[in-house]
Amino acid sequence: MTVHNLYIFDRNGTCLHYSEWNRKKQAGISKEEEFKLMYGMLFSIRSFVSKMSPLDMKDGFIAFQTSRYKLHYYETPTGIKLVMNTDLGVPNCRDILHQLYSTVYVEYIVKNPLCMLGETLQSELFSSRLDSFIRALPFFSVRAA
Amino acid sequence: MAIFSVYVINKAGGLIYQYDNYVPRTEVEKTFSFPLDIVLKIHDDKVVVSFGQRDGIRVGHAVLSINGVDVNGKNTAEGKEILEYLKDASNYPVSIRFGRARLSSNEKLMLASMFHSLFAIGSQLSPEAGSSGIEMLETDMFKLHCFQTLTGIKFIVLADPRQSGIDALLRKIYEIYSDFALKNPFYSLEMPIRCELFDQNLKSALEIAEKAGTFGPGS
Repeated sequence: MTVHNLYIFDRNGTCLHYSEWNRKKQAGISKEEEFKLMYGMLFSIRSFVSKMSPLDMKDGFIAFQTSRYKLHYYETPTGIKLVMNTDLGVPNCRDILHQLYSTVYVEYIVKNPLCMLGETLQSELFSSRLDSFIRALPFFSVRAA
Repeated sequence: MAIFSVYVINKAGGLIYQYDNYVPRTEVEKTFSFPLDIVLKIHDDKVVVSFGQRDGIRVGHAVLSINGVDVNGKNTAEGKEILEYLKDASNYPVSIRFGRARLSSNEKLMLASMFHSLFAIGSQLSPEAGSSGIEMLETDMFKLHCFQTLTGIKFIVLADPRQSGIDALLRKIYEIYSDFALKNPFYSLEMPIRCELFDQNLKSALEIAEKAGTFGPGS
C-alpha cells in the first residue's frame, strides 16, 4: 500500500505544490500541462457530479478509482484542492487530507507572512513537514505492494 | 439501498441507452407573499435559486411549478416570464414548488460524453502503468460504476454508496446487451438501443440486484 503523488491546487487552478513518492509512469506531457489537465479533469468531474447527483450533495466528489490507482480529493471552502493518488488498498482518505490541510498547510503556509497567495509554495519547512506527514501514514510503504 | 440509473455509451462517446430506475425527488412547495425573499436567476433556460436558502429550498434548486401548474422553462405554462410574474405584487400570495431540476435528454447526452472523456483522462494521468479508465467514482450521495468492454462500450450504473454487487450487475447488463441487442437483426451497432426485450430483462436484472441476489447461470 503506498502513496504515489500529491497535488495542491489553489482556487484559480495554479498548482501550488506537487510531490511524488512512488510514481512508475509519467504522463508523457510536461509538468505544466499535466497540472492543467489534472485541474481541468477535477473541475469537470465536480460539475459532472453536481449535475448527475440524484440528491443535494454535502461533500461532493470524494474519490475515484481505476484498475491500478485511486485518486482522493478534498476541497476546502477557500478553494484549496488537495489531490492524492494512492494504490487500491487504501480506504477513504478524506480525513487524512483534512488533517494534512489543518496541520501542515495552515500551520506552515497560511501562518507564514512571507508566503503570498497564488504563488507556488517555496517553503522548505512546508515541504519537509509534508513529506514526513505522508511517510508517517499507516498505509505508506516505500515499495508499492 | 437503490440503483438510480443505467447509462450505456458507445465507442465514440455517444449515449445509446439510458434508464432511470429510481430517482429520489426532493421537492418543497411553499406559499410566499410579496416581496419574495429568495433571489432567483435564469440558468440554462431554467429559473434557479441563487440566494436565500431556507426551509429545504437550497441554492441550485429550480422552480418546478407555480400555483400547482408546472412551468415551461423560464416561462409559466401560460407563456409569461416567471421573473416578471414574480416581480408583480398583484400575483401574490403565490405557491411555488422548488426542487432539483430533472435532467433533460440533451443534458444526459452531454454528461455521458463528458464522462467518456473523463474516463480517458483518468487513464492518461495514472501514476502507474497499464491503468484502465475510471471504474468507480465516489461521492457522498451516490457511487458511479463503469465497466468498459473489449469493444469500447461502457456500461455505467449510478447507485447508492452502500449498494453491493454492482460488478456482477455490470457483467449481467453486458450479457443482456449481447443477448437482446446484438443478436437482434434489426439493431445496428453503436446506434441507440430500442429493443423491448433488452428493456424488460434490464429491469428484472436491476430488481434482482437491488434485492441483493446473485445471478445464476440460467437467469
